[in-house]
Amino acid sequence: MIDVEKIRQDFPMFSSHPSLVYFDNGATTFKPRCVIDAVTEFYVSGTSNVHRGDYPIAIEADRHYDESRKTIAKFLNCEPKEVVFTAGATASMNQIAYGFAHNFLKAGDVILTTEAEHASNLLPWYRLEHEYGIKVEYIPVDRQGVCHIEDVEKAIHPSVKAIAIAHVTNVLGSVQPVKEIAELAHKHGIYVVVDGAQSVPHRPTDVKDLDVDFLAFSSHKMCGPGGVGILYGKYELLQQMDPMMLGGGMNARFQSCGDMQLKNAPEKFEAGTPNIEGVIGVGAAAGYLMSIGMEEIHAYEKELRRYFADKMKQLDNIEFYNPDNETGPVTFNGKGVFAQDGAGYLATKDIAVRSGNHCAKILHEVIGTDQTIRASLYFYNTKEEVDRFVEAAKEISVENAISFLF
Amino acid sequence: MSEIEKMLSDPMVLRELVMDHYQYPHNHKLTRSDLYRSVHMASESCIDDITVESRIENGVIEDIQFEGEACTISTSSTSIMTDLLIGKTVEEAKEIIRNYFDMVDGKEYDPELLQEALVMRNVHKQANRIKCATIGWNAMKQMIEESEASHE
Repeated sequence: MIDVEKIRQDFPMFSSHPSLVYFDNGATTFKPRCVIDAVTEFYVSGTSNVHRGDYPIAIEADRHYDESRKTIAKFLNCEPKEVVFTAGATASMNQIAYGFAHNFLKAGDVILTTEAEHASNLLPWYRLEHEYGIKVEYIPVDRQGVCHIEDVEKAIHPSVKAIAIAHVTNVLGSVQPVKEIAELAHKHGIYVVVDGAQSVPHRPTDVKDLDVDFLAFSSHKMCGPGGVGILYGKYELLQQMDPMMLGGGMNARFQSCGDMQLKNAPEKFEAGTPNIEGVIGVGAAAGYLMSIGMEEIHAYEKELRRYFADKMKQLDNIEFYNPDNETGPVTFNGKGVFAQDGAGYLATKDIAVRSGNHCAKILHEVIGTDQTIRASLYFYNTKEEVDRFVEAAKEISVENAISFLF
Repeated sequence: MSEIEKMLSDPMVLRELVMDHYQYPHNHKLTRSDLYRSVHMASESCIDDITVESRIENGVIEDIQFEGEACTISTSSTSIMTDLLIGKTVEEAKEIIRNYFDMVDGKEYDPELLQEALVMRNVHKQANRIKCATIGWNAMKQMIEESEASHE
């Protein structure tokens, strides 16, 4: 089991805010010193552009950039050439949707997804619906947001060409049977796209074992810098896919008549000067997570969540939407209290959570409410923090929520 | 001690005031009539979703109504706004609205003009709630501006 007190010393945010309980890790995570150092080192002593520099610092920048790709490949169990750096999970999803529209799908084809998805795994597909006549259909999910393999099987028909689904959903933390879905989908020649934003930071992710075709996730939700995301794709599929953005660094040659020859994946997807310090930082973050161990992180978070859920279940003033999910956020409301009022009250107790619909605006049809409070944990959170949280949650009421006014 | 000063000095009274406007909001029935202007405030923050209607005739605010799904601060501040502005002339309303925004921004303001709306004077203690305390007021401000533009 991991030594959480030792781990907390790696994160300067805890010494900057000694009394803060930070349970908003589904939104973004704190950064360990090694990630901060990797980014600042680039500014302090390593600044230069990548892509074939002729002097030592530039060559060094290239080397660090490539190292980072190798580290992410190791983190996911894939080849470095299957790792594309993007601006975030959202950028990754948009690139995937663009590629599907241009290279893999035609009008009348169907993409299956669920009502528990984040906006970034729906809106890009909706655009294909509007612009390319590609249809979006939904696999049903249960009240805990889980999608069952039998329902996936029922939803499949000859026009279905792709399934786009989160491995772990962002509002309820439901774990979807991605490996089984991929196995079933591939029997029918269906591509599988996975939104890993809420899964990759929290559990081991082996893309070979899962056998998914594409995977998108963000650096900043896994202790890395903001503005960086990863797009994993099976190499032959990346090679077949057109890049959404064109520009420098991604072409081999072009002529005034407009002919262009693009580089191979992954470079062809990385037009323009990339977020070099961010990429170096996410490499450091993945290295840090691997040094702790993703199995250990997952096991610790599961135990912490169970401890948290058991306490929240006992509170009479709390409506708890996902008590039985083994990972992911604790999603709840104070009974009769608007989510933002509840979150505002917790803020007065120096507890950070997020309220709202968490970019999953169609989920209310499943769980029967629009707005929730989401308390999301990471491996640096503690049982003592959970205890403080539960004590504060007991006091959530409309009367207390407006106390700050007086 | 004036009525307002008495009100402000008693947290129990203030709490009851906000709770009452939240649980039983005033002027809380949209007419959906062509005689009314209407503003749907949903885009500013994805969490509060309210619609405010107003009927402005001959430079007087004859009626304001609102509905929506919103937090305590949004609902009560909007309810208080409707009470305060119905029956006022547009010029009076603009002056009250200006003072309200000054109060919320922590600037100088005239407490006499704001009456019950003074209950929101500490809202800046939670900066993220300023949006809630101004959502209905912004809707009204927008409708007054539209109304004036249409008469020019």
